[in-house]
Amino acid sequence: MTRKSTFVALGALLGLYASSQASAAADQVVIGDIDDMSSVYADVIGQGGVEAINMAITEFGGSVLGKKITVLSVDHQNKPDIGASKFREWADQNGLTMVLAGSNTGVSIAMSKVASAKKVPFIAIGAGGASLTGVDCTPYTIHYAYDTTALGNGTASAIVKQGGKTWFFVTADYAFGTQLQEAATRVVLANGGRVLGSVRAPLGTTDYSSFLLQAQASGAQVLGLANAGTDFSNSLKAANEFGITKTMKPAALLAFLTDIHALTLQTAQGLFLTTGWYWDLNEQTRAFAKRFYAKVNRQPTMNQTAYFSATLQYLNAVKAVGSTDSDKVMAQLKKTKINDVFASDGYIRADGLMVHTMYVMQVKTPAESKYPWDYYKVIKVMSGEEADGSQPDPTCPMIKK
Amino acid sequence: MRAQIAVYVVLMALALIAPLLGLYPVFLMKLLCFAMFACAFNLLLGFTKMLSFGHAAYFGASAYITGWLVTVQGWGTLAGIVGGVAVSMLLGLVIGAIAVRRQGIYFAMITLALAQVVYFICLQAQFTGGENGLQGIPRGSLFGLIGLGEDRIMYYFVLACFIAVFVFIRRIVHSPFGQVLKAIRANEPRAISLGYKVDRYKLIAFVLSASLAGLAGSLKALVLGFATLSDVSQGNSGEVILMTLLGGSGTFLGPAIGAIVVVTLQEYLSGLVGSWVSVIIGAIFVVCVLVFRRGFVGEIERWFAHRN
Repeated sequence: MTRKSTFVALGALLGLYASSQASAAADQVVIGDIDDMSSVYADVIGQGGVEAINMAITEFGGSVLGKKITVLSVDHQNKPDIGASKFREWADQNGLTMVLAGSNTGVSIAMSKVASAKKVPFIAIGAGGASLTGVDCTPYTIHYAYDTTALGNGTASAIVKQGGKTWFFVTADYAFGTQLQEAATRVVLANGGRVLGSVRAPLGTTDYSSFLLQAQASGAQVLGLANAGTDFSNSLKAANEFGITKTMKPAALLAFLTDIHALTLQTAQGLFLTTGWYWDLNEQTRAFAKRFYAKVNRQPTMNQTAYFSATLQYLNAVKAVGSTDSDKVMAQLKKTKINDVFASDGYIRADGLMVHTMYVMQVKTPAESKYPWDYYKVIKVMSGEEADGSQPDPTCPMIKK
Repeated sequence: MRAQIAVYVVLMALALIAPLLGLYPVFLMKLLCFAMFACAFNLLLGFTKMLSFGHAAYFGASAYITGWLVTVQGWGTLAGIVGGVAVSMLLGLVIGAIAVRRQGIYFAMITLALAQVVYFICLQAQFTGGENGLQGIPRGSLFGLIGLGEDRIMYYFVLACFIAVFVFIRRIVHSPFGQVLKAIRANEPRAISLGYKVDRYKLIAFVLSASLAGLAGSLKALVLGFATLSDVSQGNSGEVILMTLLGGSGTFLGPAIGAIVVVTLQEYLSGLVGSWVSVIIGAIFVVCVLVFRRGFVGEIERWFAHRN
């Protein structure tokens, strides 16, 4: 009898739990944000990204087509399974209309499969892997902020042309690191350089000593850091401590403003890096940065601004076509020029890549830096075509050859 | 006995109507897969008293193999599942043959070490996709007739598999073979002195448990559409131990209830506290070990038995 009542209670609980599950609301626009909120990449976008989405929604007016705009956010903990299953759950249960993908290419690739199965627009921002608009492309993917190809064409070519001919890579051991290394290697070889070796370090490594000793033993001139977030700052700090930076020139294949801030100019000065956006480019970017700073107490990174811009572009597209229908919205996004605080000359290529101006930057010395967060000087402005090529990626199955 | 049947009927009815109540079918299927995994594990821990620290190896290997067969080789769904289970069975046979020669902590350490070997193979091998895992695994269809893409249909398929496994485990435990396993659990030297080839019985139990864990892994890969390193990692091996002990090892329903509790907690807490989930679940485990050692179902059964 008692046991029976226990299970009756269990049943009641289950029922309660069922009713607490929000059913898909058709009268809402639901924007999802799936990002690393607590680990290696949390500073690059993280909570600042959620704030950027909310800023965009406020700027847009809080509602679109008379529908409320809801934001969902989750920490994917850098696990592709969590990212993909949350995305699927939101699409099935919460009436998700668009998802923004934060850092981690591995997670984004997993999510892109869900995007094509569930037909939900999927805007990849934090992930760098160029395969998102190559072999892994889908009709619903937009790769918004930057990709590994642009990083290679920016940073690697600047360094090779300065005389850094022999390279050794310390690479994050997952899709992003390997794709970044490939892109940089292509550029190095094309410019007459050589790659002497590479080593793969797991994501979230804290002790880089053995990897860096291998790099030093290679005798290469350039230490290519094909990693990001705290992996990048930890490996660069360790290279400094071991004095490796005296004999090898470090190359930051992907560095964000927050990384430079954490490293301080003393450590990071002189680094070349490639970015799609910097807060101190012009009046418009400074004005946005000021608003962002007031909320988050940090200057926005490229990716946080891309979050803002992508949300706004999406809402504009929804308004223009008068519906949240994925195919119509995607068609609208792909034919609209992007001209806002993030990019003034952006457009979305047939394979889903958002092509826009990229900047090769050099980190200032402490003496050059005049005010807080004054970290970069522009070395070179690359047009979108120069950064990413003028043709869609032929490995993308959607592109007819 | 009557009460027991009543409980099963109620649970069965709940399971049948669960997706109609608006519960998310993918989540329910995940619960069933982990419940099946825990039941398979319980066959070893609960009924034979062998503590394996590396059961994720069979769960994960089977998930990868099924995923690879279905995605890359273009096999059908059932063939993919059979392939995955066959591999985990083989893996169980090899690892089991080495491990059953030792008892207690040494047994646990051997299973742990060999499971880590499997983990690193999955990390380094080409076909598993390394850190990225295997993505976009299609669910396919049953006999080319019933498409499993629809969540509710897949749910009833997974439920049928779970019930089959559950009944199968009950049957094993109540068979003469199961009696020998229980004898080994109670007193191994005595079972040896009675003339039983204990190692052989233990190996069979190990292989059965590994195969059923593999079936759970295959189904999970098909349900969620991916197989990743989390499936095969040490964390997963630890979780299944936790589920089994929390629910009550050596009971039939215990591991399933434990799996439901743990997976539900993970699902809902991860949105609130991120990676702190592991700490919270660890704390729950400590409380469980200190306060109710028989697990939820174990304590209820004991209390019930005392009253009669």
